[in-house]
Amino acid sequence: MNNIILKLQFYMDYPFVRYALIVGTLIALCSSLLGVTLVLKRFSFIGDGLSHVAFGAMAVATIFKLANDTIFVMPVTIATAVLLLRTGQNTKIKGDAAIAMLSVGSLAIGYLIMNLFSTSANISGDVCSTLFGSTSILTLTKGEVWICVIMSILVVALFCFFYNKIFTVTFDEGFAKATGTNADGYNLLIAVVTAVIIVLAMNLVGSLLISALVIFPALSAMRIIQNFKGVVICSAVISVGCAAVGMLISILFSTPVGSTIVAADIVVFFGSCAIGKIVRR
Amino acid sequence: MAYIACENLTLGYNGNVIAKHIQFEVNKGNYLCIVGENGAGKSTLIKTLLHLMEPLGGKITIGDGLKPYEIGYLPQQTVVQKDFPASVWEIVLSGTLPKCGVRPFFGKAQKQLAEEHMKSMAVWELRKQCYRNLSGGQQQRVLLARALCATTKVLLLDEPVTGLDPKMAAEFYRIIQQLNADGIAVIMISHDIQAAVRYASHILHVEREASFYGSKEKYLRSSEWKGFQYAGGEVERKELSTIDSTSAKADRGDKNE
Repeated sequence: MNNIILKLQFYMDYPFVRYALIVGTLIALCSSLLGVTLVLKRFSFIGDGLSHVAFGAMAVATIFKLANDTIFVMPVTIATAVLLLRTGQNTKIKGDAAIAMLSVGSLAIGYLIMNLFSTSANISGDVCSTLFGSTSILTLTKGEVWICVIMSILVVALFCFFYNKIFTVTFDEGFAKATGTNADGYNLLIAVVTAVIIVLAMNLVGSLLISALVIFPALSAMRIIQNFKGVVICSAVISVGCAAVGMLISILFSTPVGSTIVAADIVVFFGSCAIGKIVRR
Repeated sequence: MAYIACENLTLGYNGNVIAKHIQFEVNKGNYLCIVGENGAGKSTLIKTLLHLMEPLGGKITIGDGLKPYEIGYLPQQTVVQKDFPASVWEIVLSGTLPKCGVRPFFGKAQKQLAEEHMKSMAVWELRKQCYRNLSGGQQQRVLLARALCATTKVLLLDEPVTGLDPKMAAEFYRIIQQLNADGIAVIMISHDIQAAVRYASHILHVEREASFYGSKEKYLRSSEWKGFQYAGGEVERKELSTIDSTSAKADRGDKNE
């Protein structure tokens, strides 16, 4: 035990480890807040779809050798999110099919483009780190950390400020619209914020595993808690806890960051399933 | 002046006409039942009344102190709601949201309003319970309390007794009747034609070309009602005679063209 604490202290002296921990927990917090709404609105897969779109956009950005690919990836992802969430109900291709199509399509095109135009010698290494986020979390600069901190504060503030409206729109969009709430506006807000979080979270867990950050904490919380506010708070706590524990484990035992966090989320999910069953009996 | 008056309304999606020449009005204290076959345009009519979609033609006038978004709506249950982790208190309170305006949180007045309506709907004791664990009748009462938080003028009910057992349905109709007696105008979409002619003061029978609108008494003598009876059978014809003899209100409205 002493050994582990010493090892942790040793790693904590490195700024990049501290940055990774800060950014990781913040992203986990934001994604879990939105996750509750997305899961309840039956949009669990939007995280997956958007992250693959972001992957495709990133591949395109590398062709043009953009210095900072976020300028390109962010707008593309936001636009896709708006398209998916806004037209989810009345399009010719239904919500889930549209997401599946975009997700697989951009994954394929992204990989194709990376292969054809890549400038780096290690293509599969590049692809693997974008998909599973293996190293980028440990190479964050101070500026990127600040951007992430500001974005997270903004997301949490927006969520608190519009909490009641988001609840009403999530529970019953028809009623909300009928009583004069601008439901489309709030859907748009949710879409934009989702896209922003996903682009940020790609650094942490990579584009394949983002869905896990969005859905697992929300689903775990829904097993044990019976009211909306409780679910939101509980899911935030679970998500931050799992992210922190996952990152510490990955530092100590040098496992991949993203998959370790997701593994922690899965363990908590089954734990809360069990608790939920016992409590309800 | 009427709360809601519709003149020569044409309904439809993307330019396809579903029903036309719809003409009716809802006054304070009215109990209007909207009946019609599946696909006749009942849901479209509701969406149009709630400003969820635009009519293809015609005019909806709102008056008598009713503001545009002041219709208390009781929607049909969605799949999302069946597994939604929300307490009864949270749901009813969300009905007061329009009264919050730009403020982000609920004030004391909203909480009081919610409490009042929860007590009148007898769901106050359930306020900490989770919505998904309630019975169908309790869920409807919760949604009714929420709708009452939004308005006390007009209630719009979209097939409210679907999925309720006969006892619960009767109880629900009794509540609605009481609310109506207290002066709230009720608009109800219904497949339950027997209940419609028993409780309603006016009937709108939506059809593609020429819809019927008029008082219940007039409806019971109309060809639309007789058309329904052929599908119904013996029992309903007996009901008809009892209803016909008990009702003696003044006739209003006319068959539309």
